[in-house]
Amino acid sequence: MTALVCKNTDEAVAGVVDDSTVLIGGFGMAGMPVELIDALIRQGAKELTVVSNNAGNGDTGLAALLARGRVRKVVCSFPRQVDAWVFDRLFREGRIELELVPQGNLAERMRAAGAGIGAYFSPTGVGTPLAEGKETRVIDGHTYVLEYPIRGDVALIGAHKADRLGNLVYRKTARNFGPVMATAATTVVAQVSDVVETGDLDPEMVVTPGIFVDRVVRV
Amino acid sequence: MTPQVGDAPLTKDELATIVARDIEPGSYVNLGIGQPVSVAEHFAVGSRVVLHSENGMLNVGPAPDPGDDDPELINAAKQSVTQLPGASYFDSASSFAMMRGGHLDVCVMGAFQVAPNGDFANWHTGAPDAIPAVGGAMDLAIGAKKIYVMMSLFARDGTPKLVPECALPLTGVGCVDRVYTEYAVFDLTHYGDSGAVLVRERFGISHEELSERLEVPLS
Repeated sequence: MTALVCKNTDEAVAGVVDDSTVLIGGFGMAGMPVELIDALIRQGAKELTVVSNNAGNGDTGLAALLARGRVRKVVCSFPRQVDAWVFDRLFREGRIELELVPQGNLAERMRAAGAGIGAYFSPTGVGTPLAEGKETRVIDGHTYVLEYPIRGDVALIGAHKADRLGNLVYRKTARNFGPVMATAATTVVAQVSDVVETGDLDPEMVVTPGIFVDRVVRV
Repeated sequence: MTPQVGDAPLTKDELATIVARDIEPGSYVNLGIGQPVSVAEHFAVGSRVVLHSENGMLNVGPAPDPGDDDPELINAAKQSVTQLPGASYFDSASSFAMMRGGHLDVCVMGAFQVAPNGDFANWHTGAPDAIPAVGGAMDLAIGAKKIYVMMSLFARDGTPKLVPECALPLTGVGCVDRVYTEYAVFDLTHYGDSGAVLVRERFGISHEELSERLEVPLS
């Protein structure tokens, strides 16, 4: 179905249920959909599994969601940062679960989900603790680890502009996980700084085609 | 200026110069968080080295002038950067495809421990209460054509970081080609043939003293 242009962020995150897996875009704060996360906090869904590159910075965005105790588990590559005090505290108190995934596997596992790939063999992490217990195979003399897709119930991403069909363009390094998360969730919500009329985005410049996007909201 | 045997151990700045000197003009290079980032300042004018940042950018430029920060233009260390002519932006899946696919020429990383067989550890201190963070290190380790480790040769407590076997959780198996330290540059690529680590250059330390302070065989 073509994308819905929402009136506000509350409408954009409506219907997220408890125990959902939520993919949240951004690398640090670049590309993080802070306003959508604030709306998710108001919406109230809890016991969430959050998939994001980091585990929150400072006290806003993902960190605020964690601080409210809404997240049971974080799947990420780099939780340890100087300004990740919210996650640090919850982790040390044993109140949040962590699945550490190498950044490339994090991206590729979501890409696999979005592309209908059942699983794939990755060279990343072979012989390290992060590959322990996983199936391996030697292909053409090289050892690979079997990695399974990460699929979201919801993806919250930040982009630069959308048109009314949900086609998205991004800005600089805020793109990061947005395009791959947009393919990998049942309901994909994008916050953008501008929604333009259909036809006003140069088709050659569209990064995420609207087919992947369900809801768009201007913030 | 090439330091000569008998000179003092290298300063961090001199070490960065040596690493930059050994990277071929025109290479695609990823510089890890921490000390390796400083290598960027030491490439010769006209070296045509293109810097890759795993959050999704090629042709990363230096830090902006004060006040010109763009929160959507950051490097993997989440520091503000600029874009050079010929820069490109891409999503995280593409960024890590560049690594796994063998398109990066060199990656320079820091390490806690390196072993003569090319194993290295840089993501987990081993402390039971430590919050682990891996980011893109494992993907870079198996992906870049050459892995250069840049580190101090001894930990703060004086124990060597070039060790017969890594005790800390591994980042990658058999992937380090060279180790750049303030006392010496070590070549690990011929380890299998000779059973010893080749010392390419020494700075302010004799071969005998180096052999004495390390538990790995040197040639």
